[in-house]
Amino acid sequence: MNNKSKNFFKGIKDTSPLMIPVVPFGIIFGVLAIDLGLTPIMTIAMSIIIFGGASQIIFLQLFSAGASSFVILSSVGAVNSRHLLYGTVLSEHLSDLNLTWKIIVSYFLVDQAFAVSNDHFKKNKEDKDKYFHLIGGGMNCWTIWQITTIIGIYLGSIIPEKLGLTFAIPLTFLALLVNDFKKFINVSVIIISGSVATLGYQIIPYKAYVIVAAFVGLFVAFILTKFVKKKL
Amino acid sequence: MSNLALIIYCGLITFLTRFSMIALLKKEMFNDRIREVLSYVPSAIFPAIIFPAIFLDSFGSIQLNDNPKILASIIAVIIGVFSKNVLATIFSGLFSYWTIIFIF
Repeated sequence: MNNKSKNFFKGIKDTSPLMIPVVPFGIIFGVLAIDLGLTPIMTIAMSIIIFGGASQIIFLQLFSAGASSFVILSSVGAVNSRHLLYGTVLSEHLSDLNLTWKIIVSYFLVDQAFAVSNDHFKKNKEDKDKYFHLIGGGMNCWTIWQITTIIGIYLGSIIPEKLGLTFAIPLTFLALLVNDFKKFINVSVIIISGSVATLGYQIIPYKAYVIVAAFVGLFVAFILTKFVKKKL
Repeated sequence: MSNLALIIYCGLITFLTRFSMIALLKKEMFNDRIREVLSYVPSAIFPAIIFPAIFLDSFGSIQLNDNPKILASIIAVIIGVFSKNVLATIFSGLFSYWTIIFIF
């Protein structure tokens, strides 16, 4: 196996545990979209064109509430603003790629792939094929996302709403932070960002609470890292 | 705007937020200090999705009483800290949640 495929399959393997909660997420999206009156084709188009769980759910919420196109667009933009920061973190490792590969890698830059590839890139700085790890992870997410969207479309109302499967969404993100729960600065940043988002949810316009909370959190990290020595 | 056009624009915005920083930034633009702060990006962003999903009800109001998600999340965090395992964290949270809403 050459180095590119090795990285590619490592990406698939590393993202696989994170795919299990994506399954209910994708199914929920499919079910909700049909419930809200989108056609199956439109629902599949969303999963292919947008390819972002949080964006698609926000889209549905606002769309069904009759929000204007402008509010929907800016909310999707705000929810997506976290990708700017992902890109900032990863660009250090991807700056040598040509434009075509940058476009391909960008399409696959989803939360789960970012979380595992960021780790992988840090540990394999010298490997020039390491970006295949992100493509492998991203394609894994992509495949699961499309399949579960289609399952959701067909399952429709069979899944009882009582099961509260949407709770799997925060749990997924929570699980991505397990390694940070014991570090003082991380815990401080987590609590402050979470509180700002929760308290600001109704006050901050255009669903911009995600990016506002993130910047407050980063600012706290900036201050704290000045005074507290990071234990590696 | 037609629904399809709106979906395409949302897709473009999503893509551009993923693409812009990768395309524009160069390696030399980072020093160790910026890199250190950026290592906190996941800790700064994920809670902004996690906390509202746990503490807010479907109308966006804070719900502290009679909210089984809070206890279930605490259990998930404890399991997560000790196991350092992604799946154990998610499933301990889900099973605690179901236990609370269906049994108690």
